[in-house]
Amino acid sequence: MSRTMSRTMSRTMSRTMSRTKTNFRFAGFAAALIAALAVSACANKQAEDSMASVPGAAVPGSAQDFVVNVGDRVFFETDSTELTPTARATLDKQAQWLKQYNRYAFTVEGHADERGTREYNIALGARRAQTVREYFTARGIQATRMKTVSYGKERPVAVCDNISCWSQNRRAVIVLGVTS
Amino acid sequence: MNEVFGRRSSLQRPPLDMTRRALLQSGGAAAVLASFAQSPARAVLQIDVTQGNIKPLPIAIPDFLGGAADAESARGISQVIAADLQRSGLFIPIDPAAYIEKIADINAVPRFADWRAINASALVTGRVTRERGGFGVDFRLWDVPASGHIIGRSYDGQPQNWRRIAHIVADQVYEKMTGEKGYFDSRVAFVDESGPKDRRIKRLAIMDQDGAGVNYLTRGDESVLTPRFSPSAREIVYTSYIQQSPRVMLMNIETRQREAVGNFPGMTFAPRFSPDGDRVVMSWQEGANSHIFAVDLRSKSVAQLTNTPAIDTAPSYSPDGTRICFESDRGGTQQIYVMSASGGQAQRISYGDGRYATPVWSPRGDNIAFTKIGAGKFAIGIMRPDGSGERILTEGFHNEGPTFSPNGRVIMFFREMGGSDGPALFTVDITGRNEQRVPTPGLASDPTWSPLRP
Repeated sequence: MSRTMSRTMSRTMSRTMSRTKTNFRFAGFAAALIAALAVSACANKQAEDSMASVPGAAVPGSAQDFVVNVGDRVFFETDSTELTPTARATLDKQAQWLKQYNRYAFTVEGHADERGTREYNIALGARRAQTVREYFTARGIQATRMKTVSYGKERPVAVCDNISCWSQNRRAVIVLGVTS
Repeated sequence: MNEVFGRRSSLQRPPLDMTRRALLQSGGAAAVLASFAQSPARAVLQIDVTQGNIKPLPIAIPDFLGGAADAESARGISQVIAADLQRSGLFIPIDPAAYIEKIADINAVPRFADWRAINASALVTGRVTRERGGFGVDFRLWDVPASGHIIGRSYDGQPQNWRRIAHIVADQVYEKMTGEKGYFDSRVAFVDESGPKDRRIKRLAIMDQDGAGVNYLTRGDESVLTPRFSPSAREIVYTSYIQQSPRVMLMNIETRQREAVGNFPGMTFAPRFSPDGDRVVMSWQEGANSHIFAVDLRSKSVAQLTNTPAIDTAPSYSPDGTRICFESDRGGTQQIYVMSASGGQAQRISYGDGRYATPVWSPRGDNIAFTKIGAGKFAIGIMRPDGSGERILTEGFHNEGPTFSPNGRVIMFFREMGGSDGPALFTVDITGRNEQRVPTPGLASDPTWSPLRP
C-alpha cells in the first residue's frame, strides 16, 4: 500500500514536471512538489487513471530523479521509531544518491499518524526524523547538510480513518533544499 | 469582550477591556432591600461530585425589565443567564409561558405563592437601568420556598457588554445556590480548523465560554497548536509553525503582539504558564529526546527540569505552583508523572491499562485530567494527584486535550468521531455527566479555558 502510494505521488509529480519549463527555478519546483503531494493524497484515483501516459524520465541528479527513482520517504510502525528492513533499504538508496549528488542540503521531516496526542506526536515525529538523520550520519553524510523538523500529526498525506491511511502518515520524508 | 474583539483585522490597540472591578458596584440595591431580612448565604443545592445524580433545580428567570432602547439587551441578559445555568446541568429554567406573576418592579416583593405554584425553587429578577448615568443592570435572587431574598447586586458597564454582565449574574446565582464559585464569566481559546484534512488551515480563536463572540487571533498562514491561557487571561502561549518549525510563542490578546518564548535552537512545543504567570514550562526537542524547561518571562533565565533519554512533554503546574505533572515514555509507554516544580525525581502516577497523555492539573488542585489511549479508543478521565481514584468521564474514537473550567467542575476537550467529520469541542462534568457540545463556527480543537476574567 505504502509503496503504491509513493509511486502514485511520483507519477503525479513527473506529470506535473513534464508540463513545466525545464529551466525551472528550484523554489518553483518545490512548490510544485508540495502541490503534487497534496493533490495526490486526495486524488489517487485520478492519478492512477493517468499513469499510463506519464513519461518516467527524470534528469539524473534532479530532485525529480530522487523522488521518482529513489523514493523520498520511509514508513514506521505504530508508535515506533524502529527502521523496518524496507525502510533501511530505501534509506540506503537515499544515502547513496545524496552522497553522489552532494550539492543538496535537505530536511528530514518526521510525521506521525492521527492516533496519538498532539504534543507526543510532535516528539514522536522528531524522533523519527532523528532516527533517519543518525542513519545517514552512519552512512557518511555530513551533518551540516541535514536539518530535522517534526510535523507531528499535523500534515497527513492520506486522510481516511483506518490503518491503510495511518500507515502512510507514519513517515519520514526527505525534502531536498537549496543546492550548494 | 465585544468592544475589544469585534474588530478582527485591527492591529491597533483596542480600548481597555472592562474589568470585573469596574463592573462591580454595590449600593443602590442594598438600600432598596434594606427592609428585607437577608437570608444567610447558604447553598440550596448540595453538589457531591462523586455520588448520584443531581436533580436540576427549577429556576424562574423572567425577562429583565428595561426601557424601549434596552429591551433587546434586557431580554438577552435573562436568556444568557438561563442558558448558562441550564448548561451547567444543575438548574432547569422553567418555561416562561408557565409564569403567573408578571414582574413589573424588581424592588417590589414578588408574589412567592405564584412562583411556588410553578415549582420554582429560585427566582431571578432584574432590570436594565439608565438611572445611574450610564448603562446599569440590577438583579435580585429570591428563595421561593422560604419567601426570602438571597442577594441583590448592581453592575454598571457599557451597553455592548451586556452578555458579560449576564455571565457575572449567572456566576452569582450559581455561587449562592451551590456554594461553589461559578465559571460563566470566562473565555475559551481554541484552534479553529478549516479546509480538507491534508491541507488544514489552523487559526487561533477566542470566544466566551458559551461560544458567543468568536474572534480570530491569527490569520492561518502558519499552523498553530495547543493554546494555553495565562492566569490573568490576558495572554496566550501556544505552539506555532512559524518559519516551518514548531516554536512556543506568547501573544497579548488585546494587542495581538507576539514574541517567541525563550531562545532555543530547534523545536519547542507544549507550553503552559505557571500559576503566578511568571514562567512558561514547555518541551524542547534535543535529537531523539524531549526535555522539559521552564523559562522565566522577565529574567529570560531558563531551567532544565527533566533530562532523560525519553519523550518528556505536556507539563502542567499544580495550582500552588510547587509541582508539575507531565507525560513521559521513560518507562516504555506514555504515562503521567509528577515532579517538583524545580525538577528532579519524578513519581509515576498512572498505572491503568493503556497510555496516558496530556495531563492537566485542576485549578482546585484535587484532580489531574488526562487523555487515555487504549484498545483503539481515546478517553478523557481524571485521577487524584497521587494516581488514585481514576475515573473515565467519556470514551470513544478520539477524545483529547482536557482543560478545566475555572472552578474545576467541568472539563472541556475536543472530539473526533472519525469519518469525514473534523474535531469539535465538548464539555463534561467531572462526575462524567452532562456531556454537551460547545458551539463553534467551524471545526475546533485544542481548547483552553481561561480563569474567571479579572
